[in-house]
Amino acid sequence: MLILECPCCGVLADETELTAGGEAHLKRFGPESSDDEFEGYLFRRENPRGVHFERWRHSHGCGKWFHAARNTVTLEVYGTYSAQTTEPPEAIRQKISGVAPGWKWRLFK
Amino acid sequence: MPGVHQMKRYSAFAVAREALRFHTGWERAWRSPEPRRRYDVVIVGAGGHGLATAYYLGKNFGITNVAVIEKGWLGGGNTGRNTTIIRSNYLQDPSAAIYEKARGLYETLSQDLNYNVMFSPRGVMMLAQTQHEIRGYQRTAHANALQGVETRFITPAEVKELCPIIELDGPRYPVLGALWQPRGGTARHDAVAWGYARACSAMGMDIIQKCEVTGIRSENGKVRGVDTTKGPIDCAKLGIVVAGHSGVLAEQAGFRLPIESLALQALVSEPIKPCMDVVVMANTVHGYMSQSDKGEMVIGGGTDGFNNYTQRGSFHHIEETVRALIETFPMISRLKMLRQWGGIVDMTGDRSPILSKTPIEGCFVNCGWGTGGFKAIPGSGWAMAELMAQGRSPLAEEFSLDRFRVGKFIDESVAAGVAH
Ligand SMILES: Cc1cc2nc3c(=O)[nH]c(=O)nc-3n(C[C@H](O)[C@H](O)[C@H](O)COP(=O)(O)OP(=O)(O)OC[C@H]3O[C@@H](n4cnc5c(N)ncnc54)[C@H](O)[C@@H]3O)c2cc1C
Ligand SMILES: [Zn+2]
Repeated sequence: MLILECPCCGVLADETELTAGGEAHLKRFGPESSDDEFEGYLFRRENPRGVHFERWRHSHGCGKWFHAARNTVTLEVYGTYSAQTTEPPEAIRQKISGVAPGWKWRLFK
Repeated sequence: MPGVHQMKRYSAFAVAREALRFHTGWERAWRSPEPRRRYDVVIVGAGGHGLATAYYLGKNFGITNVAVIEKGWLGGGNTGRNTTIIRSNYLQDPSAAIYEKARGLYETLSQDLNYNVMFSPRGVMMLAQTQHEIRGYQRTAHANALQGVETRFITPAEVKELCPIIELDGPRYPVLGALWQPRGGTARHDAVAWGYARACSAMGMDIIQKCEVTGIRSENGKVRGVDTTKGPIDCAKLGIVVAGHSGVLAEQAGFRLPIESLALQALVSEPIKPCMDVVVMANTVHGYMSQSDKGEMVIGGGTDGFNNYTQRGSFHHIEETVRALIETFPMISRLKMLRQWGGIVDMTGDRSPILSKTPIEGCFVNCGWGTGGFKAIPGSGWAMAELMAQGRSPLAEEFSLDRFRVGKFIDESVAAGVAH
């Protein structure tokens, strides 16, 4: 069972209390964008076998959105953080680099 | 060109002959060769779709200098982990065409492969348990009539007659009718992989197990070959058919796919006497069930909501599924469950598969079958072989990668979150 700490209310919530919201830190595109940009934004997810940044909602708790850094192979949780950011915080990135050497933020082209 | 491998045919006569000589004459169903340095075609992934692609390349196009490369054992991915439901009652025309082609090929697959895949067209019903579902399934039944797929919307009384153990007036959602496909059913999943593998091997193709593809080589936008844990292998054409791992292989090739990988689980009960000879899917309450020939109740439910590569799923999904099925079939409430497992399913945004060329010339993908590709194996292999051999296939046309860019989706997600 996946357990995440909600950074908004501090509760340790198991996944039945949460709703997954997909990949985090997407660059959004609006009207006037090209087909390629829309396709990338809407469909081409990173879907990594490894470190993944994702959005979660504490839907049966405080109701707020937050971010989590997680490994899709080991299921290790590196940490959760506020949704009010466009990049994972430095502390979490450093923690991941410590356990997954060679890993870099947005390695994928 | 490797030589064609002489294979003894399976038959009633062969069973009698072997019985008389204490079963000493059965031969291995396929060879396990070391890879050669070069093939005309390399297929990555020895699941049903990869093996069927290789088979129809040989059978329909005479292309037999082919290797199928598998990192584990053949059929050990989703092909050997699914609940084996076969149906073709989809809504959109391109889906109905490829799934019905597959269902049709399943009818005679055992004879074609000389391998008993135990296709059992016992009938599949999808229960309508809300007004919305009634309208949805009636619409599908009308669409199927136009597509030449035999389905019918049936009444609760007919549901009860076809499946007496069902509870029509459940505590939450009464059964209001069902979409019934009489020629849908099940098949033995392992046998489908094994049958295709044996036939491929007999045509001289190499099936290389325990060999992982670790890199894809291309030059000037054209595919050259793959790197594997058993060394580099060159090829003129490459087919990536790896389901949940499609994103990993695409990354090796240098492009991205509109795919996300999630865990989907299934479970089986202890074997009991025959009590149900149809497949029942209850999409509103999220569960579906059939009975295997061994007597086990085969049960499946929903996917986890988050990205996962572990072939395990969350426990609460099992609980939800079982709860839903006890509502629908109260008599199973005392059954013990024997085992549970998960597979990594490759989900696309419109819940339809991808059979397509890629940005790399000579490199093709077949993926995105998600929670429901077992039923499609023969049709998908047929279309993929045509696409790889000829550069285009009428059945695969609408399933190209391009549809996500131009917005020409084949939306099958409306029917249910679980569509197997
Ligand atoms: C629990 C569950 C229930 C399901 N129920 C149904 C159902 O009732 N009906 C239905 O129609 N469908 C069902 N499905 C879906 C169905 O199982 C799949 O769509 C189908 O089996 C996919 O087949 P495949 O050949 O594409 O993939 P797989 O069978 O997964 O084959 C892909 C192969 O690629 C190999 N591979 C991956 N990476 C590499 C690499 N780097 N190098 C070499 N090899 C590699 C894997 O080891 C694997 O063997 C279900 C799936 C699951 C998980
Ligand atoms: Zn909270």
